[in-house]
Amino acid sequence: MKPSPFVYHAPASVDEALHTLGQVGEDGKVLAGGQSLLPILNMRLAAPGHLVDINGVAELATVAVDRSGVRVGALARHAEVERHAGARAVVPLLGQALRLVAHPVIRNRGTTVGSLAHADPSGELTAVLALLGGSVECARSDRRREVPAAEFFLGPLECCLEPGEMALSAWFPAPGPRTGTAFVELARRHGDYAVAGLAAAVTLDDAGRVAKAKAAYVSVAPTPLVLDLTEAVAGQQVDAAGSASVGWASAGELAATRCDPEPDIHATADYRRHLVRVLTARGLAEAAGRARHAEDPPGEAA
Amino acid sequence: MTTEPGRVRPEQAGFGKAASEPAGPERLHAITLRVNGTAYTASVPARRLLSDCLRHDLGFTGTHVGCEHGVCGACTVLLDGEPVRSCLMLAVGAERHEVTTVEGLRRLDGSLHPVQQAFGECHGLQCGYCTPGFLTTVSAYLAERPDPSEYEAREAIAGNLCRCTGYQNIVASVLRAAELLRAEREGA
Repeated sequence: MKPSPFVYHAPASVDEALHTLGQVGEDGKVLAGGQSLLPILNMRLAAPGHLVDINGVAELATVAVDRSGVRVGALARHAEVERHAGARAVVPLLGQALRLVAHPVIRNRGTTVGSLAHADPSGELTAVLALLGGSVECARSDRRREVPAAEFFLGPLECCLEPGEMALSAWFPAPGPRTGTAFVELARRHGDYAVAGLAAAVTLDDAGRVAKAKAAYVSVAPTPLVLDLTEAVAGQQVDAAGSASVGWASAGELAATRCDPEPDIHATADYRRHLVRVLTARGLAEAAGRARHAEDPPGEAA
Repeated sequence: MTTEPGRVRPEQAGFGKAASEPAGPERLHAITLRVNGTAYTASVPARRLLSDCLRHDLGFTGTHVGCEHGVCGACTVLLDGEPVRSCLMLAVGAERHEVTTVEGLRRLDGSLHPVQQAFGECHGLQCGYCTPGFLTTVSAYLAERPDPSEYEAREAIAGNLCRCTGYQNIVASVLRAAELLRAEREGA
C-alpha cells in the first residue's frame, strides 16, 4: 500500500502555502499531521496531484491562550494542546476530549485543526468546537474569513474549505462562568472511534440551579449535532455533594428523541440511540459536578 | 478518530476521481535523514513512506511494517524522542528530525536497552513481528512515566497490536522494564 505519485511542495510561510494552493486549486491537498490523510493516501482512497506540506510553516505551530479562549494554530499537535496547562485551564473541554482522540502516538503527530478540517463525524474535536460555538480561520491567497462551527461542517468528511483555501487556526471560546464541561464516549476498544459520544456543558445560576444544559454529539449525525436540553432539567438544584438528584435521565430521553442516528457495521441505530440516552445523562451529570466548582481557580483535572 | 480504514468514507468525501498520471518519470528528492545518531542520504520519490525509506533505502529492517495505515503500531519509531507511526509520515518530512529505530535503542556498549532486556526476561514476545513497535513505544513512555501501574501499562500499549501473546507478558515486560530503569537510575 503506497500513495499514488504526487508533486510535493514544502512552503516555509503561510503566504507561500496559500500561493501554491491557489495555483494547484482542486488538485491540491494540505498535509499537516497526516494521521488521517496518510491512511487515505496509502489506501488510495484519494490521489491528489499536489501535496502541500505545511510542517515547515513554523508560524502555524501555535497555541495562544487568553481569558476569553484558546486559539490553536494549524500545526499545533493534539499532544501539545493536551499538555498546554493554560489551554486546559481556560477551556477544560479541550483536555477532556483530547485524551479520547486515538492513541498518544497518533496525538504526537495529528493536529487539532487538521482533525477539524477532516470533519470526521466521529472526531471528538468537531463536537468540542460545535458545543463551544467556536470558529475556524480559513484563508485563501486573496481572502481570509472566520467561519463559525455551525457553518464549517457540511457533511461526513466535508467542511466548507474551498479549493485553494486552508484552515489557519481554530478558536475555542471559554465556556463562561459557572459552567462545567465533560466529554464521554463509548468505543469498542480503548482509543478507537466512538460508537457514540458527546461533549456536555452545564451552566448553573447563582443559587446552584441548572440554568442551561446542552450537548454536542459525535458518531450520531453526519455533522456534530448540538442539542439544547435545558428544558428537561431547568431549575433543578445541583447541591455541593453532587448532581445525583437532578433528573439527568430525562435529558437523556429528550436527546434520544431528538437524534436520528444511522446504523453501520458497529452498531444499530437503536443501540446508538440507547447510547445517546445513557451517555447524555452521564455527561451532563459530570459537567454539572464540575460547574459546582467552576468558581474555583482554574486547574481542574481533565 | 483518525486512522481506521472502515471509517473512511471515500464516496462521501468526494475522493472518487483519480489523479491524472504524471508525465515522465517520478521526480526524486535528495534527502538527509538522521537515524540513530548518524546522517544518511537517500534519493526518494516524495511518496516514499518513512517506514519504507528506513527499510528499503537505509536498511533499518528492524522497523516492521504491518497495516500501513497507523492501526497496528509495528512501525513505530521515535521522532525527536517521541513515538510516531513511520507509515504515516513521508520520508521527505522526516528531514531535520532525529529518528530512532529499534536498532538505536541498544546501548553504546552493545548491551540491550532495559526495555529489550525486560521483554526477553518476561517472554514479552513470540513471533516478534510487533516487538519493535512495542519497544520504541514503551521506551518513550517509561522515560515520561517511570513508575506506571498495571492499568497504566496496559493503557500505554493500547495503540500496539500483538496477535501472539495475549498481552499478559507484554504488560509484565513493561513493569519489569520500569523496574530495571529505576534500578539503573539509582545505581548511576
